[in-house]
Amino acid sequence: MKITFDWLKDHLKTNLKENHLLEQLTNIGLEVESVESLSADNELFKVAKIIKTEKHPNADRLKVCDVNIGDKEFKKVVCGADNARDGLITIYAPPGAIIPKTKTKLVTAKIRGVTSYGMLCSESELNLSDKSDGITELSTEYEKSIGKSYFSKSKSNLIDLSITPNRPDCLGIRGIARDLAASGFGKLLELKEKKIKSKTKQTLKVKINKEKNQGCSAFGSCLITNVKNTESPKWLKDKLTSIGQKPISAIVDITNYVMLDINRPLHAYDADKIEKGIIVRDSNSGEEFTALDNKNYKLEKGMCVISDHKGVLGLGGIIGGTRSGTELGTKNILLESAYFDPRSIRNTAKKLNLDTDAKFRFERGIDPLSIEAGLNKAALLIKEICGGEISKIDIQKTETYKSQIIKFDTNLFEKISGFKISNKEMIKILENLGFLIKKEKKNLKLVVPSWRPDISQEIDIVEELVRISGYNKIEIIDPIKQRSKSTLTQSQKLFHFLQRSIASKGYLEAITWSFTDSKYNNFFKGDEKEVTIVNPISSELGVLRNSIFSNLSMYISKNLDRGFKDISIFEIGPIFKGSNPGDQNTVVCGLSAGKKNRLSWIDNERNVDVFDVKRDVIQTLVEAGYNSDKFFIDRETPNYFHPGKSGRLFLNNGKDQVAAYFGEIHPNILKALDIKTESLVGFEIFLDNLKIPKKTLNDQKTKFVVSDYQKSERDFAFIVNKDVSSQDLINAISVVDNKLISNIKVFDVYEGENIPENQKSIAISVTIQSSEKTLNDNDLEIINKSIIETVENKTGAKIRS
Amino acid sequence: MSDLKKIKDEFLTKLKEKLNLSEINQIKSDLFGKNGLFSSQFKKIGTIAESERKKFASDLNLIKDELQVLIDSKINEIEKAEIDKKLEKEKIDITLPERSFVRGKIHPVSQTIDEISSIFSEIGFSVEEGPDVENEYNNFTALNTPDNHPARDMHDTFYLDEKKQKLLRTHTSPVQIRTMLKDKPPFKIIAPGRTYRSDSDQTHAPMFHQVEGLHIDKDINMGHLKGCLNYFIKEFFEVDKIKMRFRPSHFPFTEPSAEVDIGYEIKDGKIIIGEGDQWLEILGCGMVHPNVLKNVKVDPTKFQGYAFGIGIDRLAMLKYGINDLRAFFDCDYRWLNHFGFDPLDVPTNYRGLSR
Repeated sequence: MKITFDWLKDHLKTNLKENHLLEQLTNIGLEVESVESLSADNELFKVAKIIKTEKHPNADRLKVCDVNIGDKEFKKVVCGADNARDGLITIYAPPGAIIPKTKTKLVTAKIRGVTSYGMLCSESELNLSDKSDGITELSTEYEKSIGKSYFSKSKSNLIDLSITPNRPDCLGIRGIARDLAASGFGKLLELKEKKIKSKTKQTLKVKINKEKNQGCSAFGSCLITNVKNTESPKWLKDKLTSIGQKPISAIVDITNYVMLDINRPLHAYDADKIEKGIIVRDSNSGEEFTALDNKNYKLEKGMCVISDHKGVLGLGGIIGGTRSGTELGTKNILLESAYFDPRSIRNTAKKLNLDTDAKFRFERGIDPLSIEAGLNKAALLIKEICGGEISKIDIQKTETYKSQIIKFDTNLFEKISGFKISNKEMIKILENLGFLIKKEKKNLKLVVPSWRPDISQEIDIVEELVRISGYNKIEIIDPIKQRSKSTLTQSQKLFHFLQRSIASKGYLEAITWSFTDSKYNNFFKGDEKEVTIVNPISSELGVLRNSIFSNLSMYISKNLDRGFKDISIFEIGPIFKGSNPGDQNTVVCGLSAGKKNRLSWIDNERNVDVFDVKRDVIQTLVEAGYNSDKFFIDRETPNYFHPGKSGRLFLNNGKDQVAAYFGEIHPNILKALDIKTESLVGFEIFLDNLKIPKKTLNDQKTKFVVSDYQKSERDFAFIVNKDVSSQDLINAISVVDNKLISNIKVFDVYEGENIPENQKSIAISVTIQSSEKTLNDNDLEIINKSIIETVENKTGAKIRS
Repeated sequence: MSDLKKIKDEFLTKLKEKLNLSEINQIKSDLFGKNGLFSSQFKKIGTIAESERKKFASDLNLIKDELQVLIDSKINEIEKAEIDKKLEKEKIDITLPERSFVRGKIHPVSQTIDEISSIFSEIGFSVEEGPDVENEYNNFTALNTPDNHPARDMHDTFYLDEKKQKLLRTHTSPVQIRTMLKDKPPFKIIAPGRTYRSDSDQTHAPMFHQVEGLHIDKDINMGHLKGCLNYFIKEFFEVDKIKMRFRPSHFPFTEPSAEVDIGYEIKDGKIIIGEGDQWLEILGCGMVHPNVLKNVKVDPTKFQGYAFGIGIDRLAMLKYGINDLRAFFDCDYRWLNHFGFDPLDVPTNYRGLSR
């Protein structure tokens, strides 16, 4: 909502200064978004006439215009607007002027070789409207103003307020003045309300159809006959331009003025174009009309339309139609002042994607008792400026407004706010805001003013009182440093642990969108269902990610393109399996690209490989408290991994959900996504599948057992078929004697010379130690034999002699 | 001169010569070996007259010790000289690079979340979570924002179905609803997490982070709210004093509602929090609306309290001097490396939030 201090003073008597005003507006919840000084800069914008246009010698779409700006010499201005033509009166900005919309300063510039001295402005560039196609077109009335400043001198700055959706009353200058006055910033002036005195009846019949969801509950109107629509007088034009509105014609300007001044939207029809009478009704499916924005709208059933016997004239409370719009030649006017239901307005506007000043106000709630005041004010102004005769006011209603009554327990104020004000003070504030008050024994009985649809219960009254008293009166109560519940749950602790554990292994943490490009997601979704967003900001962000790999692979590729070769990134966050709340899993996902020891003078360089990520996964899980002796790994992995170089990990011998995948990313994906690296490996750890370790770190530390008896290490080399995994051998050995075998480690794998084809040699070191005695040669021999036998029997291996 | 003296002198003379290690070892074995001089001398003891035996034995031991010490020290000397010689040869260029290492980093948003949790932990808040995909009821209706309420325009929502029943949560406030439906009052929680709005430009990202706060008990009023936020802001920015301003505002789920600004100034291109006369909006808050409490079956005549929502990314930008919001989610290696934190830098109360 744009206002000026000058306009406020139409309603508010105050001696205070503008800087004080700005502070006070913010203090009472009418936030000042910006303050713009219009006066000095805007005087530079001049009314100008295009004398001659020529095609630009070097550009088809540009024109070179000779422009009369009131000086002897015409200015040469390059212009790209289609509507730039000989004789057009428009608005010219000289070099040095600051364009209000873009806040850029104009300079004399060569455009494709032709020097342009300034610019011809569109309405949008001047913040006059959203119209950006073509330059501003002024009426011939402006012929006499050529060379003069388009904007009048205003002493007042333009103040832009951000009005919260609960305060429709402050979408009019008077509402803002009332709030200011209640807060002690001056005195609200009485409205000098003049009433229409007329003997003639409003002869155009208005009917509100009785319908189930009728969006209009009251329709006030009067006829003004024999008017001469004209340009608005200077005071009115100045008023509108002072808050950045473009004057159009007296009748339109007056309805706008009344809306901005007292928040009463009105609509003026050319009465001669109305067929027989007005019918307010629900639209029929498929009905069409052309609105004042020159667009054609096709209506659905159940939209509140104002129609005549021929068809739709306009959408009530939203926008009028071209068929009955007023023009400069309009003679007879029907002025409408109605009440439309906020929900109905909002539904219709949303469906048609329409936003207008009237819609903005009606959907928030207009004062239902302002119908007459609006008609009186506007009709009398029209008569004053355009002449004519006003009829009596006609009001059709389907409902009568009932005042809202609240019983307010004054103790509630301190209970909520934490500070005290006297009942007398409360009453004063509420009265100034327009409440009618009756004191009862314990309560205040309050009649809520009709312009405050946001107030319906006691807490709303508390808010008014705190707001007007000032939030600075709320006393700080320091918090108590006391904790009755632990801050994090076990699984939240695990989240933080895994996050930092992975980072400590050389991965940079990234945070990427939860949504992704379907093209990338397709590679990584596995068997999951893709969840699409109905209204994405772009198709590249059109689906929820099924795997974090989708985003990480894209970003790692970007970083590789930046010239980084060896990079590791990870993210911890959600992946999605469905569109219901809870269809998500938290995942730690990492990618590592390139080489280890690139260009090292001391170590051999090599590609990152699956055993790098395997270490990262296992070390992390071990650090998090899981027992690696129980891990089970197989090669069942999703199709985005290299089928031969990837693994699936379970925490508990395969008898639970998948804890992690790790491996090389499938070469086809690297090719398809054009990821340029020597090697790309990755992992996914599924947090929600990790059972929280039963034993806390605390429990684990209590039992400390070590053996001081001598330990022996025995090495074995087995020859096995190639498809036997080292894990098979380890599993076989570990069951031989779990009391004596304390460690099993694979230390060599060999294929080739001296080993039969399709077989390999696996060398394993086994640590044997007793907690009861020192083992003698005989004991060791027994266990040796047992290990060899067991492995040979279980895996078909042969000990290498 | 006795035999012993002779032996002693002979060997002392020998040992004075310049000897290498094997020569010394030869001497050592001549003297102390199985068939060495001392061995044969000791064997003699039995043949010596009893009157002299004791003295002989004692002299023999003295000489043995003396020679032993001398030989050991000679050996030591030579070994030391050899090591010195070896060290002389082993001098390397120590300015050559170390074995390569990689350093991981924690994203500034994660770091900030940990800082926030650490601060609120101190005053008794615990951490709650909620799903990123929400239903319409938890995100809006239960929060006193019925369908067709203009306040919904403030949230550009991503929907997952045509009926607009499933959506990506536009704020962390639905966690309030989930928490209160799940348990009984009192409630004292924060809920950090991802939030989504279909908004994208220089200062808005379609995904950002918020932390919700909720404190409901029998007598929690706006003074507690102000105290809590005052404490939080001071701790977060690690300053002794701050300038804070509560401004009336409107959120459907709180009443009275406020927006909170902090005072700042720009000094040498750097933002200084807590000084100056510029105001910066950092969060929204208010007393939980009775309608919300009714929706989660909490009696508003018995329980009341406050809620707040803070933009985490914004706080991180302010604290760590990051200018561009979009860069948070752009995954530029250089940016992550520059603004990221060492994983060992866990924010805690006892050692301070940041280094």
